[in-house]
Amino acid sequence: MTRVWRWLADRWVMGVALLVLGYLSLPIMVVAGLSFNRPSSRLSYDFDEFTLDNWRNPCATSDMCDAVVRSVQIGFIATVVATVVGTLMAFALVRHRFRGRSGINLLIFLPMATPELVMGTSLLALFVSAGVPQGFWTVVIAHVMFCVSFVVVTVKARLAGMDRRLEEAAMDLYASEWQTFRLVTLPLVLPGIVAAALLAFSLSFDDFIITNFNAGTTVTFPMYVWGAAQRGIPPQVNVIGTAMFVIALLLVGVSSLRGRRARRARIMSAVRPNGPS
Amino acid sequence: MIGMGAKLRERDAPAGDLRLANLTKRFGIFTAVDDLSLTIPQGSFFALLGSSGCGKTTTLRMIAGLEEPTSGQVLLGARDVTRLRPYKRPVNTVFQSYALFPHLDVHQNVAFGLRRRGKRSTDDDVMGMLELVQLRDYARHYPAQLSGGQQQRVALVRALVNHPQVLLLDEPLGALDLKLRRQMQIELKRIQTEVGITFVHVTHDQEEAMTMADTVAVMNAGRIEQLGAPAELYEFPATAFVANFLGQSNLLAAEAAGPAGSDVPVTAHGARFSVPADRARSDRGAVYLGVRPEKLHLVGSAAQVPSGHQHVEGVVTDASYVGVSTQYLVRTGWGSEISAFTANSGTGGQHPVGTPVVAHWDPRHAFLLPREPGQDDRTTPLLDEPVGAPS
Repeated sequence: MTRVWRWLADRWVMGVALLVLGYLSLPIMVVAGLSFNRPSSRLSYDFDEFTLDNWRNPCATSDMCDAVVRSVQIGFIATVVATVVGTLMAFALVRHRFRGRSGINLLIFLPMATPELVMGTSLLALFVSAGVPQGFWTVVIAHVMFCVSFVVVTVKARLAGMDRRLEEAAMDLYASEWQTFRLVTLPLVLPGIVAAALLAFSLSFDDFIITNFNAGTTVTFPMYVWGAAQRGIPPQVNVIGTAMFVIALLLVGVSSLRGRRARRARIMSAVRPNGPS
Repeated sequence: MIGMGAKLRERDAPAGDLRLANLTKRFGIFTAVDDLSLTIPQGSFFALLGSSGCGKTTTLRMIAGLEEPTSGQVLLGARDVTRLRPYKRPVNTVFQSYALFPHLDVHQNVAFGLRRRGKRSTDDDVMGMLELVQLRDYARHYPAQLSGGQQQRVALVRALVNHPQVLLLDEPLGALDLKLRRQMQIELKRIQTEVGITFVHVTHDQEEAMTMADTVAVMNAGRIEQLGAPAELYEFPATAFVANFLGQSNLLAAEAAGPAGSDVPVTAHGARFSVPADRARSDRGAVYLGVRPEKLHLVGSAAQVPSGHQHVEGVVTDASYVGVSTQYLVRTGWGSEISAFTANSGTGGQHPVGTPVVAHWDPRHAFLLPREPGQDDRTTPLLDEPVGAPS
C-alpha cells in the first residue's frame, strides 16, 4: 500500500504536467485532425471521411489564399518596420539620458494596456478625420503601432542586461564606434531582436479586432476565417492553421537544437583540453 | 595601405614616457581627480594605490580614453592624446571584470585587436601569446568555460598581443582567490619584465602594489599623497595617511621646536625623544612621531634597553601569536595603545598580558610627519597581516 502511495507521490507532478499539456494542445490536435476531413456539408464540424485533398489543394477557395498572402505581407512589413523602429527606441531609452525619457518609458506600455477595441475605434476615427482611405496600408500602420511596444520591451530587457564594459573593451581594442556595434553590441543583442521580430509577426498575423476596424475592403486571414465561420468554414482553413503551427514548431525546434549542439560542442571541448583547435 | 603602414610605424616607434599634466575630472560637484601631474617612465611597472573612490580608476580610464578629462592633458612621449578616441590610442586595458567577449572563443578574443588594425594572419601572434600564459590548448574554448584565473590570463594576452605602448590594469586580480592572486602577481611581474611595456596597475591592495611595482603612487581624494619606490614609501612615509594606509604605524602626537644639530628633538606626552633631521618631514610645531610596529622591541626593564635607543614604558594588554611573529598591544603611561610585532625567530620569551614592558626603538627607524594641531595619537587597529611582517 505504501509502495503505491510512494509511486503516486513520485509521479503526480508529472501527471499534472501531462494533463496541462493535453489541455493546451487539444484544440490544435482537433484542428490538425479536421484538416484531413471531408465534411459532408458546409456546416458540419464532424469528422466524416479521411482525405488528403485539403492538403493537396489548400487554395480551393482562392479568396482564402489571397487573405493568407495578404496577412503574410502585412505581417512582414509590420514586423520589419516595428523591429527597426522599436530596436532604435530601445537603444535610445537604455543608452541615453534625455528629457522625457521616463515619460516615454510609460507611454510604451500604453498600446499593451489599452483594450484593442478602444485602439481600433480611435485609430479608425483618426484615419477618417484625416481623410485617409482605409485599406492595406492603414492596417500596416495599425499593426506597426501595437507591435512597436512589444519590440521595445523585449529588446530593452536584453540591452539592459548587457555589460557596457564589453563595448569599452572593443573600443580599447581599436574597434571604431561602428565596428563595436557590428562586432560586439549587435551579436549580443541579436537574440533579443529576433525574439521581438517573431513576437511582432505572430501578433500581426492573428490580429482581428484592430484590423477589422481599419481594413476597409481589405481582407486578412483572421477576417476571412471570421467571415467564413458564418457560412461554414472550408476545411482548408484547418490546413493553414496546422501548417502555421508546424512552421512555428520547426522554428522553435531548430533554435533549441542549435543551442543544444553548441552547448554540447563546448562541453566536449571542455572535457578534452586537447580538443579541436 | 600607405596610411596603415604609417600608422603601424608610429605605433612601433619608441613610446617615451607617459605624462599626466594637471589632469582633473569632475562629475557634477564631485571632483574625482584633482589637478594630478605625474610622469611614468617608459618600461616601468607603476602602481596607483588607493581605497575605492580615491580616483585611481578614473585616472586609468582617462589614460585609456574611456573618460574625457575636465581639464589637463595626457601625453605619450611628445604626443598629446588627451582628446583621442580610445581606439586611436596605443594603449590597451585589462578590465577588472575581464570583459571578455562571450560570443567569441579565446582565439577570436585575443585576435580582436590585431584584426581591427588590419592584420590578416593573426594565428602565430595569438598562439604565441597563449603559449606565454599556458592556454594554448584552450584556443577554441569560450570564456564561460574557463576558470577565473584562465579568464584573467586571456584578458591579459588579449591586451598584450597588440604591443601597446602602455598597458593599463584595472584591479585585474581582484576577483581571484588569495593563492591564485599571489601566483598571478609573480606571473604578471615576469611578463612585464619580458615584454618591457609600461604597466600602469590600479589596485587597492597595498601588498599587491608593493610586490609588483617599481614605483607606487598612493592616491587619496583625487590627489597623490606620495610617490616612490615601495621601500621608500614604507620606510619613510610623507603623510599620516600613507603611514597608515601602507602597513601600520604607531603615530604619537608630539611637539617639535626646530632642528638642533643633526637631530630634531620632540616632546610627546611629557617625554623627550629625538629623530634624525633627515627623517623629519616637519621639524616645527605639531608633529607625529612615527614608528612601525616591527621596529619596536619589547624588553622587561629599562636596564635592558640598548644604548642609543629610545623607549616608552607600558603594560601588555593583548598578545596574538600569529606564527612568524607575535603581535602585542601595549598601553602606555598616558593611556594610548601602541602595537609592536616581535619576530618569533630567537628563543626570546613571550610577554604575557598584564606584564609591564619597555618598548624601545632605534631613532633611525622613527620618522616625523606633519600633524594637524589637536589630533591625538593614531594607531591603526590590526586588521590583517601587515606588510613586511618579520619572518
